[in-house]
Amino acid sequence: MKQTRLLMGMPITVELLDPGVATEQLDAVFDFFSSVDERFSLYKEESEISRINRGELRPEDYSDDMRTVLALCERTKQQTDGYFEIVHDGRLDPSGVVKGWAIQQAAKRLRLAGWRNFYIDAGGDIELAGTNDGAPWRVGIRNPFRRQENVKVLTLTDCGVATSGTAVRGQHIYDPYQPGVPLREVLSLTVIGPNVCEADRFATAAFAMGRRGIQFIEALPDFEGYQIDAGARATFTNGFERYVVHE
Amino acid sequence: MKKVTVASLIIGAFLIFSLVHSRSNSAALTPRSSPDSVTATSTSAPNSSVPSVTGRGSSDSDEEANQAKATATTSTNTTTSPAPATAASGRYKDGSYTGSQADAQWGFVQVKAVISQGKITDVQFLDYPSDRSRSRYINNIADPELTNEAIQAQSAQVDVITGATDSSEAFMQSLADALSQATS
Repeated sequence: MKQTRLLMGMPITVELLDPGVATEQLDAVFDFFSSVDERFSLYKEESEISRINRGELRPEDYSDDMRTVLALCERTKQQTDGYFEIVHDGRLDPSGVVKGWAIQQAAKRLRLAGWRNFYIDAGGDIELAGTNDGAPWRVGIRNPFRRQENVKVLTLTDCGVATSGTAVRGQHIYDPYQPGVPLREVLSLTVIGPNVCEADRFATAAFAMGRRGIQFIEALPDFEGYQIDAGARATFTNGFERYVVHE
Repeated sequence: MKKVTVASLIIGAFLIFSLVHSRSNSAALTPRSSPDSVTATSTSAPNSSVPSVTGRGSSDSDEEANQAKATATTSTNTTTSPAPATAASGRYKDGSYTGSQADAQWGFVQVKAVISQGKITDVQFLDYPSDRSRSRYINNIADPELTNEAIQAQSAQVDVITGATDSSEAFMQSLADALSQATS
């Protein structure tokens, strides 16, 4: 069973293949994403993050989810030499980890409920569990130049994959050390990791590093990456090939 | 103002998703005045008039860029003019419409929308970054430890796609321009 809805400003798709699946399971996943949006949306005046940014909440009043996400942001900043920064213009913007964290949490809920074979795709970042009828899930890496085309096909199971790209909603990632300089060299960086939250936060930070980003991913154990530059060439980590489908 | 921005972001993302997602059969990319008569159909097999973006290697990157440009020009020239409005089941007139060239930060994006029987049947990229200065970056890949390759289209079937599903504003801008030409 597969369903797509538009939430948090992006298409979210859940495909759940186990026998006995009913629409309620998918509804619960989408409801969860809605609740995350209510809490973390910078566009909602009454969201917790908006209230924090208006100074209406003291740190001790933050929700557990907010603390978790902010702690994850801080950890990511430390792990990436400061390339992951959530304070912009004096406001907190944890969007860089919220999406991956939310997908990961939604997947965790499905697993706890006993579901084994599914994926959750939120705006191109994906958590994959189990298989598609016994075979690993097949994941395409979108061509940033021609969106209807894939440049790689990967076989993945029980892991996460995330892509950071400069063409998404304009230039929404920047180099915190050179905030005025647009990131032109690298168009997209796809990261495979143990789960989508990990893949997403490192993809985001490594993308901000520009051309060095793929070297950062190479240095991380248990992560692989595929980086496409403005010259339509791709650079990939040494362990990446093992996921690639050869036609 | 914020609400307007959010609304347009959401609509934009949905339109793009509708157009590019290979599995979506129909979506509401409709002119305002006839919301139920036109649907956009995404074509999973893009036709060959869009130039290839695969490179051949670092040494001939300039030549490659020129070839790509030549191809792009050719494809633009073969674009058919808008046909007379026949069989207008929707508000869009049949024909191919080329949108404005829009700056996407990393280069220019220009799209062509193909309308058939009042419906969008294809959206093609006519322009993408491939000029000489960008090609030169290819020669500057710093670390020789990692392999690099020219990207190449893969046709193998997939379950799901990782990448940017949302619009680039430039893409939307060019598409909106193309579609505005297709409406009367």
